[in-house]
Amino acid sequence: MSDLSGETPEAPEPTPEGTIPSVAARLALYQRAGGFIVPLITTVFAFFIGGLVVLVVTHKNPISTYKAIFNGTGLNWFFPWISHSERVTAAFNLQATLILTTALILTGLAVAFAFRCGLFNIGGQGQYNLGAIVAVLVASSWTGMPGVPHILLSIVLGALAGALLAGFAGLLKATVGAHEVITTIMLNWIVFWLAGYLFGIGGPAQSSTQASVPVSNEIAPNTHLHVFWGNPILQGLHIGFFIAIGALVAYWIILNRTTLGFEVRAVGFNPEAARYAGISVAKNYFLAMAIAGVCAGLAGAIDVLGWKFRVGVDDVQGSSIGFIGIAVALLGRNTAVGVFFSALLFGALVNGTSTRNLDPNIFQPELASNLTLMIQGLVLLFVGADVIVIYFWRTRGKLAFWRRSEPAG
Amino acid sequence: MDETPVLELKGITKRFPGIVANDHVDFTLGRNEVHALLGENGAGKSTLMNVLYGLYQPDEGEIYVKGERVKISSPKDAIDLGIGMVHQHFMLIPVMTVAENIVLANEPKQAGVLLDYTAARRRVEDLSRTFSFAIDPGARIDSLTVGQQQRVEILKALYRHADILILDEPTAVLTPQESQELFETLRTLVREGLSIIFISHKLNEVLDIADRITVLRRGRRIETIPRAGATQSGLARLMVGREVLLRVEKKPAEPGEPLLVVEDLTVKNDRGLEAVRGVSLEVRAGEIVGIAGVDGNGQSELIDGVTALQGLESGRVIVAGRDVTRSSTRQVISAGLGHIPEDRHLRGLVLDFTLAENLALEDYREPPDSRFGWLFPRRLIARARTLIREFDVRGGGPSTRAAALSGGNQQKVVIAREVHRDPRVLLAAQPTRGLDIGAVEFVHRRLVEERDEGRAVLLISLELEEILSLSDRILVMYEGEIVAEYGPDVSEEELGLAMTGGVREEVVA
Repeated sequence: MSDLSGETPEAPEPTPEGTIPSVAARLALYQRAGGFIVPLITTVFAFFIGGLVVLVVTHKNPISTYKAIFNGTGLNWFFPWISHSERVTAAFNLQATLILTTALILTGLAVAFAFRCGLFNIGGQGQYNLGAIVAVLVASSWTGMPGVPHILLSIVLGALAGALLAGFAGLLKATVGAHEVITTIMLNWIVFWLAGYLFGIGGPAQSSTQASVPVSNEIAPNTHLHVFWGNPILQGLHIGFFIAIGALVAYWIILNRTTLGFEVRAVGFNPEAARYAGISVAKNYFLAMAIAGVCAGLAGAIDVLGWKFRVGVDDVQGSSIGFIGIAVALLGRNTAVGVFFSALLFGALVNGTSTRNLDPNIFQPELASNLTLMIQGLVLLFVGADVIVIYFWRTRGKLAFWRRSEPAG
Repeated sequence: MDETPVLELKGITKRFPGIVANDHVDFTLGRNEVHALLGENGAGKSTLMNVLYGLYQPDEGEIYVKGERVKISSPKDAIDLGIGMVHQHFMLIPVMTVAENIVLANEPKQAGVLLDYTAARRRVEDLSRTFSFAIDPGARIDSLTVGQQQRVEILKALYRHADILILDEPTAVLTPQESQELFETLRTLVREGLSIIFISHKLNEVLDIADRITVLRRGRRIETIPRAGATQSGLARLMVGREVLLRVEKKPAEPGEPLLVVEDLTVKNDRGLEAVRGVSLEVRAGEIVGIAGVDGNGQSELIDGVTALQGLESGRVIVAGRDVTRSSTRQVISAGLGHIPEDRHLRGLVLDFTLAENLALEDYREPPDSRFGWLFPRRLIARARTLIREFDVRGGGPSTRAAALSGGNQQKVVIAREVHRDPRVLLAAQPTRGLDIGAVEFVHRRLVEERDEGRAVLLISLELEEILSLSDRILVMYEGEIVAEYGPDVSEEELGLAMTGGVREEVVA
């Protein structure tokens, strides 16, 4: 309606309405700054308190402990000044870190994608495990198949298995309103015991060569993923890493450049408005969960073909990679870039504190892996409390620049 | 009023970053006076009262209470000075009794620590007798009506010895009858020696209750006038700053073929009860049919049934000649139905989406927005730019989040989205709820224009005035049924009677 004069109450200049966008824009700026800074502060906080615990429990200097952990991650490989022999060790450690990062990116995306649709996928662990189980069954059967199609078949079926499992939870949510947190946790346990049944002693898929070990058959040698950096015997970095990077790109593209992503985000932000606009909320709940399941299933399959080569009952029942994925998504604020960096952080942390990387004189080995758990826990705690951090972040801005309160007139 | 005013604000200025919420505002309140503060949303009424109540500190200006200069730095200071405020949203604890709520934070005590319930009850009873409030001190808050809860809020202020009472948009939550009761109460209070500041943006109420009226616009005091001689249109002009058409001008309708046909519709609500019972209606091209009714008589379920948001028990819905009885919401929309939903925050908009995304909420699946599932954000933005200009949406561009806009502009976004698809039928549910006069005028004029374009407009509103000023035919809904049909010239009284079931027996066939 261009015939309204410039004197309408919504005229931009001096009315509060007219300036609300600029205030909101400023807040959005904080949020953007906060979006990057807040996770960083969260992490630093977690490490700081972790360091205090180290000091209290071991009476050792936490800085030297952290230095040892850092060197254990292999991230010192990027430093140009280290010696040749250090670099060899660092490369080895970094490869191990990135192998973990690969799985964490994917399990992190499994949580993040569901989040964007307003769903909390706690079932990443079960979806990961089912992906691994299906992949190992496929890759250890039909050993006559040529390598590449066999690999593709294993990965696709593994991912599909994850999709089915998560999609089932999405379907329950969409049709009868069963809460996805409950159903995905229950499904986790189903997979947990499925592995015990399949690969346990005397189980139908237990190893045909080691009758006393609760483990699956080895996958066919030609289904091992190609190692492009490092020694395959010492488990260098396999090409699954690129699949994870590809998944990050796909995640961004699906969300921002497809109608599917548009619907998922609309439902995630406001399911009622989406429904009123004719978007099927049920369909999107199902699809978002299924896609989340693809990510987690992919992680399981890639781990099997990339470095595990078989699945033991203990592997499945002791794994927590899917749960760390929740921390990855939360810390990464469900963005592609954020998930990458937080996956790297947690991958480095898990690898850096693994016992083989730590000098027992600096840190007792039995405490090492607990430190990872502790820092994970602290990060989650602080992520949950990031509202407080954001609050302080905003207050800081207000105090420094304006000493203002919110206009309410 | 000739003596020293009980309250005087001189040159109050309050700045927020980028805006001056109050710009040297003067305001005086005489004894036994009801002084209305009138202005649109964002004119600075609430800021001024928050300054007076100690919630904000003014940047400039002085406050005098009963002739003495005071500094009010907290609500406690204000209460001590005898200033009481009844907020728009009540501050009551639902599970506690009236008496407990009233004495809260200032309880009569027994032996220093124990709450003296009898004393509390007695004092509340005394108060309600003095001011003739019919309120049972022992009743639990959650068993009271909204109007009664508001009286508890007023009692709370009186209990703290307030003689200056600030009422912030008190009628926003009340039915017309409750508003009248409130006005009676206020008149009693004034007789008993209180002075009242009455904040509102509703012209008729202000003219009904106030002795003097101060109009604020964009943070400035425009004028203070006595009620005598004030008119609705004069006040509207002061408020908005230009002539406002309070009554929409429109030509008589020229109805064409029926575009929305509803036959024998029965819809159940969430609790499985039949909320719409055998409703049949017809909306023709080029007419506005208004559905009047008290809230909760099946209007929402009727909308849900027509738009396929809720399954039907029985009946048929035909949109522009297409039977959409067993269709999805999306199919109903593409059959030619535009829907301006009841609550723009909850149902009309995705507040975290940008304007471009909100405007595309129904179009994103079709070219040019997308092709084979691939979305083109630039095209969304380009179209949004056109629509923002065409519908005069102010306060943001295509990439602004919808949450950042004012209510009127948000509603323009919803209307733009629904109208630009060129629907044959336009469903408007409470399209002006919570909007300023200026925005209401825009929405009303737009609806009439859409009618003149040849669309069939079905208007559902709880505001009788809106129904009366827009509709070419009026249907009255009562307990899930259409109980009466009137032409546009029906009186408000007659409609009101029908809305409460008064004509139920003589249903129009």
